[in-house]
Amino acid sequence: MRAPAGNTMEAGDLLLAVDNVSLAFGGVRALRDVSFDISKGEIRAIIGPNGAGKTSMLNVVNGFYQPQQGSITFKGATRAKMRPFEAARGGIARTFQNVALFKGMTVLDNIMAGRTLKMHRGFFWQLLRHGPALAEEVEHRRRVEDIIDFLQIPHIRKIPVGKLPYGLQKRVELGRALAMEPDLLLLDEPMAGMNLEEKEDMSRFIVDVNNHYGTTIALIEHDMGVVMDLSDRIVVLDHGIKIADGTPSEVQNDQAVIEAYLGVAH
Amino acid sequence: MPVASGARAGAEAGQAALAPDADTFPKLLLRNAEIFAARAAIRHKDLGIWQAWTWRQVRDEVIAFSIGLAELGLARGDRFAVIGRNKPRLYWAMCAGQALGAVPVPLYADSVADEMAFVLAHAEVKLAIVEDQEQVDKILSIQDKLTAITGIVYDEPRGLRDYDHARLSSIDDVQGRGRDAVASDPARTTWWEQQVAAGRGSDLAIILYTSGTTGRPKGVMLSHDNVRISAHNGNAYDRLDANEEVIAYLPLAWVGDHIFSYAQSYDAGFCVNCPEAPETVVEDRREIGTTYAFAPPRIYENLITLTMVRMDDAGALKRRMFHFFIAVARRWGEKILNQEKVPLYARALYRVGDLLVYGPLKNRFGLSRIRVAYTAGEAIGPEIFRFFRALGINLKQLYGATEASVYITAQPDGEIYADTVGKPNIDVDVKVTDDGEILFRSPGVFLGYYKDPEKTAETKTPDGWVRSGDAGFFDPGTGHLKIIDRAKDVGRLNDGTLFAPKYIENKLKFYPNIREVVALGDKRDAVCVMVNIDMTAVGSWAERNNVVYGSYQELAAHPAVYDMIGRHIEEVNRSLAAEGVMASAQIRRFLVLHKELDADDGELTRTLKVRRAFIAERYAPLLTALYDGSQEAAVSTEVTFEDGRKGTISARVRIRDIRPAGGAGAAARENAA
Repeated sequence: MRAPAGNTMEAGDLLLAVDNVSLAFGGVRALRDVSFDISKGEIRAIIGPNGAGKTSMLNVVNGFYQPQQGSITFKGATRAKMRPFEAARGGIARTFQNVALFKGMTVLDNIMAGRTLKMHRGFFWQLLRHGPALAEEVEHRRRVEDIIDFLQIPHIRKIPVGKLPYGLQKRVELGRALAMEPDLLLLDEPMAGMNLEEKEDMSRFIVDVNNHYGTTIALIEHDMGVVMDLSDRIVVLDHGIKIADGTPSEVQNDQAVIEAYLGVAH
Repeated sequence: MPVASGARAGAEAGQAALAPDADTFPKLLLRNAEIFAARAAIRHKDLGIWQAWTWRQVRDEVIAFSIGLAELGLARGDRFAVIGRNKPRLYWAMCAGQALGAVPVPLYADSVADEMAFVLAHAEVKLAIVEDQEQVDKILSIQDKLTAITGIVYDEPRGLRDYDHARLSSIDDVQGRGRDAVASDPARTTWWEQQVAAGRGSDLAIILYTSGTTGRPKGVMLSHDNVRISAHNGNAYDRLDANEEVIAYLPLAWVGDHIFSYAQSYDAGFCVNCPEAPETVVEDRREIGTTYAFAPPRIYENLITLTMVRMDDAGALKRRMFHFFIAVARRWGEKILNQEKVPLYARALYRVGDLLVYGPLKNRFGLSRIRVAYTAGEAIGPEIFRFFRALGINLKQLYGATEASVYITAQPDGEIYADTVGKPNIDVDVKVTDDGEILFRSPGVFLGYYKDPEKTAETKTPDGWVRSGDAGFFDPGTGHLKIIDRAKDVGRLNDGTLFAPKYIENKLKFYPNIREVVALGDKRDAVCVMVNIDMTAVGSWAERNNVVYGSYQELAAHPAVYDMIGRHIEEVNRSLAAEGVMASAQIRRFLVLHKELDADDGELTRTLKVRRAFIAERYAPLLTALYDGSQEAAVSTEVTFEDGRKGTISARVRIRDIRPAGGAGAAARENAA
């Protein structure tokens, strides 16, 4: 699986920029005037205490929430708001804080579902499963098998997702997102609820995805050790405001960040 | 001393004859590319599909690989390591190196780096051909101890992109270099053919390091003749031909896998199938429908455990049906398989059972098409053995050793007994010394231990007999060899009763709830056992019986688990009591260990045999407590995690007493006490 054709961006180019975005739900201001950017090929983390607006930020990026102010520039096109299908077609995939898979379907079918947008034959062709539709399905299956191999889950290929332990479900969800061959992969707490070994595995996979497929990754994560190890750059939110932005070591030594996390004596 | 010799019982019919001019494995490959040409030689399930290579394709791959290795500097007499799971390209690596006259040294892929360091340094390997990043990392972490190594070749490029590639190359690169070399200089192919032709049957073919139940591993040197003739005789013994299908899933470093997945395939021309992942072996075996199988008892035990656990979760009707027909099979199945006289109604009942239970079960196990299945490497529990025979699977016992290129004795079809290991294989002579040790002599007998003439002299007599280290005797009734135990493990209780620890352990290990047992008793007053529960079986039992637990340790210490294990031990005592000689060696006390015995902690060998002496030392406080009458003991042990880090587990382990079952001997002892 290579980066999709027509993508002439180089590593380090600006992939996505969020400018002065504000988002409010009634009186609750989830994001206030936040700006940050994501460069092609990096692993970008968004961190912050509970309720800081991290998931809201991801939802704005993939068009689930529409901000009242500000603009989003993705692959050079600036929009006041992103719509979900634009995000998906434009190559943004995501995983969720709580696993959102089709529990009754097998691992294989779940990941195949991730390729829906890449299927070109119409519904009736697919129903017939003949000729070009069959050829297309075979090609999609090959790519899905590639992902199954990559994530080391061939042994559970045909097992319904609902029967799997949580750590594996998270991996399947990552697989489904990868099946979209995204340019930008949003991971919402990929390691929540995992034990140490599962976390190490997942970290490995995130680095490998970035390395092997060249996918740009934006992730939210609470485990600071993981974030500091994985990320190239980190943006820190607190109460909907951006309080820091920089490399792991810059962020770690930032006074505002320390106060946000540890609290401060008044 | 009488010597039993394996006859060549006219088994050669329908076999590829032992090719006189193809006396090395690379030569056999060239022969196979001619005579088996477009037949499948090896398959690998990759991306969900079985990918196959014909013998011709394998030859071409091996030639490119081999010339590429020559470009990297591998030459006659060099040793090179092969580390990884069963992958076609790792098998090709062995042949590619052998073609140049270099010697492959396969290692256990799950060994930690420190264990590898010893073998790699001892064998002075020049190259390491490995599966993936995990193995590359291990070698890089110990590279300052490896002075001879000049390069690492890997199969799976994943995760290795950012590594320094000065001494690192992929198998693709190496094969590419080989192909380029041939393209720019066609004489390179002729040169390669000359290299192959220069090989002799008497040349060193492979060094297999034995996992060693005691001390450091020893490098067993086997020649092409050793491996090839032994493999050929094995094929002849069971009339195996090019139509067999086998699945390769055992460690490359085990002699069993080398004979079975490499040598016998090259000799007979049958196809070897490499599974997709270790977890998918059962499923993959089912898809292939293997006809010939070779496995240590542990694999068969696991199949039974899995089945029993699943049956416990099945509905009442299914469960009844299962138990009813299993009882039928136990009563009549073996007799039918051995073609004995059986009443008509039993035959009919067995048929129905085959339709409803045995057939589906065999299909699940992937053993529907099996012609010959061997268990080897360790004694199998008689109950486990009979279970498979009763289902109509031709499971046989084999007695082998790395030093013999596997084959010493095997059971001929139609002469199967649960407690023997059969008759000497073709061309093998076997005798038993006066102290009960088994000696053997055969064309498969090893050249010696690598760089250890002292050990070689201890094991191998000047006239070619090898001391097996096992105690046994020829059964006068059947003429079969029976193994009691390792010669040095058979002991006596203080009152002089014969104590064969493995015999007792195997009886207990049949219970699905028990994974591993260590029996103690030599030079002591009574037999005591340390039990390791099986997490799958006991976990499922706990779920059904509302036993709540948070960890392995907590489950192992649960009183209800102790009760259950206690009942199993009482049953074993009853069966020991019924056996006369063993009646006084009944189990008096037991404990359940708080952690799983693990090869990473040195408690099991890499082939998963318990290392009794090591365990006795490591759990010394428990041992003392077993014999001083305490009800409980504290123990703290260091454990090694999968990634090599170390930690400590401490626990208080309780000890239970068991009343011996009434038998003549036991009753007398009770009275005396």
